[in-house]
Amino acid sequence: MTPYVLLSAVLFTIGSVGVLTRRNAIVVFMCIELMLNASNLALVAFAKQHGDLDGQVTAFFVMVVAAAEVVIGLAIIMTIFRTRRSASVDDASLLKY
Amino acid sequence: MFVLAEGAAPLVDPGSADGVLSLLWLVIALPLLGAAILLVGAPLARGRLDRHGHLVGVALPVLSFVLSLVMFIDVLGRSSDDRQVGQHLYTWFQAGGLKVGADLLYDPLSALFMLLITGVGSLIHIYSIGYMEHDERRRRFFGYLNLFIAAMLTLVMSANYLGVFLGWEGVGLASYLLIGFWQYKHSAAAAAKKAFILNRVGDIGLSLAVGLFFASFGTTDFTTISANADKASEGTMTALGLLLLLAACGKSAQVPLQSWLLDAMEGPTPVSALIHAATMVTAGVYLVVRSNFVFDTAPHARTAVVVVATVTLLWGAIIGCGKDDIKKVLAGSTMSQIGYMMLGAGLGVAGYPFAIFHLLTHGFFKANMFLGAGSVMHGMDDDVDMRHYGVLSRAMPVTFLTFAMGYLAIIGFPGFSGFWSKDKIIEVALTQNWLVGVLAMLGAGITGFYMTRLMLMTFFSQKRWAEGVHPHESPRVMTGPLVVLAALSVLGGVMLIGNWIADFLEPVTGHALEENPALPAVVSSLIVVVIVAVGVALAWYFFQRQEVPREPPQDVSFVTRAARSELYGNEINEGLVVRPGGQLVGGLTLFDRHGVDGVVQGTSLGVSGTGSVLRLVQTGFVRSYALSLLAGAVLVVVALLAVNLS
Repeated sequence: MTPYVLLSAVLFTIGSVGVLTRRNAIVVFMCIELMLNASNLALVAFAKQHGDLDGQVTAFFVMVVAAAEVVIGLAIIMTIFRTRRSASVDDASLLKY
Repeated sequence: MFVLAEGAAPLVDPGSADGVLSLLWLVIALPLLGAAILLVGAPLARGRLDRHGHLVGVALPVLSFVLSLVMFIDVLGRSSDDRQVGQHLYTWFQAGGLKVGADLLYDPLSALFMLLITGVGSLIHIYSIGYMEHDERRRRFFGYLNLFIAAMLTLVMSANYLGVFLGWEGVGLASYLLIGFWQYKHSAAAAAKKAFILNRVGDIGLSLAVGLFFASFGTTDFTTISANADKASEGTMTALGLLLLLAACGKSAQVPLQSWLLDAMEGPTPVSALIHAATMVTAGVYLVVRSNFVFDTAPHARTAVVVVATVTLLWGAIIGCGKDDIKKVLAGSTMSQIGYMMLGAGLGVAGYPFAIFHLLTHGFFKANMFLGAGSVMHGMDDDVDMRHYGVLSRAMPVTFLTFAMGYLAIIGFPGFSGFWSKDKIIEVALTQNWLVGVLAMLGAGITGFYMTRLMLMTFFSQKRWAEGVHPHESPRVMTGPLVVLAALSVLGGVMLIGNWIADFLEPVTGHALEENPALPAVVSSLIVVVIVAVGVALAWYFFQRQEVPREPPQDVSFVTRAARSELYGNEINEGLVVRPGGQLVGGLTLFDRHGVDGVVQGTSLGVSGTGSVLRLVQTGFVRSYALSLLAGAVLVVVALLAVNLS
C-alpha cells in the first residue's frame, strides 16, 4: 500500500513544482496532467486497500474531466499563440492592478 | 413666612349653560369670524374689502361686548352659588386615556375678563379707525386685532389648561404680527421677534405644566384638578406653581423675562394700549389667579410669585424714570403695575380679588393713557420724544384732560380708581410681610415721580417743539374712547363699594380669613399718599421749576444711566443666554462638521485605503496565482489533518 501512495505523492509534488516553475504553457499543461494522474494512482491504491471498486470508478471520472480540460486548455493556448506569437505564461499578464 | 388663608377651598363646579349663556361660544366666534373675513376672505374679494373692511372688524367685537354685558347682567341676577356655568362644545381630541374637550367656563373671573377684553377692545377698535386712517394695510391691522380678541377670549373662557394654552399661543402670535405690523422697519421686525422668543421661553413653563397636569391628574380640566388638588404631593404642586409662574413671567413681562415689553412699543399705539397694557400682559395674572387651587397648596411657589412681583414692580418703576420716549415710560409703568397685580395674586386668598380689581382699573387708566399718548403723537407728527413736547395742555385740551384722569388714577390720588385698587394690595401686603409692603409703598412713590415727570414734560414745562410742528386736537373718533376710558378711570373704584368685588369673586378664589392688619387701613393709605406726594414734589422740582433740556444730558448719575439702559436687562440676557447659547451652537456645529462628518468620511477613507493595499495582490502573473492556490490547498490539508488527528 504505502509505496503506491508514496509514489503518488512524489508524482504530485513533481507536477506542482513544474506548474510553478516552467514558462512554456504546454509544459505547464503536461505537469497538470501529471498531477491528475498522481491522484488517479492514489485513488486506485486506496480502492485496493478497501477492497471495493469505488476508487476505480472515481478514477474514471477524473480521466474524463482531464480529457475535457485538455481540449479546452489547448484550444485557449493555441488562440493566445496565434495572436501573441508566444507560448510563455509570463507574457499573458494584462489582468493586473 | 406666609400664612395660608384657610378659607373654604373653592371648587370649579360649573352648572350647565342655559338661556342667554348658551351663546357663550358666539362671543369667541364673532371676532374669529371677523379675523377670517378680513385676513382670509379679503384677498378673495379682490380689494373691495380694503376700503371698508375695517368697519366689519369694529362691529364684531362691539357685538361680543354687548353679549358679554347681557350675560353679566344675567349672572348678577343669580345667587352666588349659581354663578359658575360650563358649556361643552365638542371633543377636541382623544388619545388613549387622554380626553380633551373644547369646553368653555363662565364664572365671575372669566365674566370680568370678558367685559374688559371686549369693552376696552371695542373702544380701541373705534380709536384705531381714526389712528390708522392713512395706513394702506388697515384691513390687515383690524384682522389681526380681531384675531387677538378671539385668542384672548379663548384664553380666559376655556375650562381646561389646553384651551388656555391655545389662547396663550394665539395671543403670542397676534402680538408678534401686531408689533411687527410696520414690517419695513427693521426695528419693528426685530422687536416682534424678541417678544415672540421671550414669550416662547415662558411657554415652555406652560407646556411642561400641562404635561405635568396630565401626568399627575390624568386631565387638564379645572373641575377635576381643583377637586383633587389637596391629594397631590406638595412637590408636584410646587413644581406646577413654579412652571405656571415661568409662563406668567413670559407673558406678563415680569423679571427675568421682561426685556421685550419696552421694545414692543415699536408697534402702533392702539396695539400698545390693547395688548401691552390692558389685556395680553395681564394673562399671566389671570393664570395665577385661575390656578389658585395650585398655589394654595404650594407655599414655596407662592413665595416665588411674591419675590418676582416685588422685584418687577421696582424694576419697571426705575426704568420709567429714565426714559424720554413717552411710550416707553408707559411700558415701564405697565411692567411695574403688573408687578402689583402679581403681588396681589401671590399674597393668596386675601389678595386675589384685589389683584383682579387692580387689573381692571389698570386696564382702564393705562389704555386711557396709551391712547392719549397716541393722540399726542398724532398731533406732534408721530414724534415720541418727550423732550420735543411741552405746553400741550393748551393745544390739545381734551387729550390733556383725559390723560390727567388716567394720571391721577395711576399715582393713586384719593378717590380715583387706582387709589382704591393699589391701596388694597399694599394693605394686604403689609398684613403678611412688612418688607414687601414697604417696598410696594416705595414703588408707589416712584410711580408718582415718573408719571408726574411725564405729565410735566408733555403738557406743561416749556415749549420745545421742532420746526413746523403744529399740535392739534385729535378727531372725535379718537377722543371719544378717551373720554369713556377717562370716566372709567375716575369711577372704577365703585367696584370696591361694600367689598363687592371680593364677594363677587369668592366662588372662584375662596373666602379669606379676617386678619388683623398691622396698621389700620386709614393710616397705611395716608402714608402712601404722603410718599406719593413726595415723589410728585420731586418731579415738580426737577421738571417744572428747572428747564427741561432738549437733548438728554450726558453727565448724569449711575442710576439714571442704568434706568436709560433698562437696568441692563438686554446686557444680562446677552451675557447669560445669548452668548453662551451661541457658543453652544458653534460647538455643536463644529462637532457635526468634524466629528460626525469626520467619522463618516474617515470610514470611507479607511475602506478605500485598505482596498488600495489589497489590490497589490493582483499581479497578473499566472504562476503567482498558482502559488496562492497551492498554499491554500496545503493549508486546508493541514487543517483537516489537525482536526482528524486530535
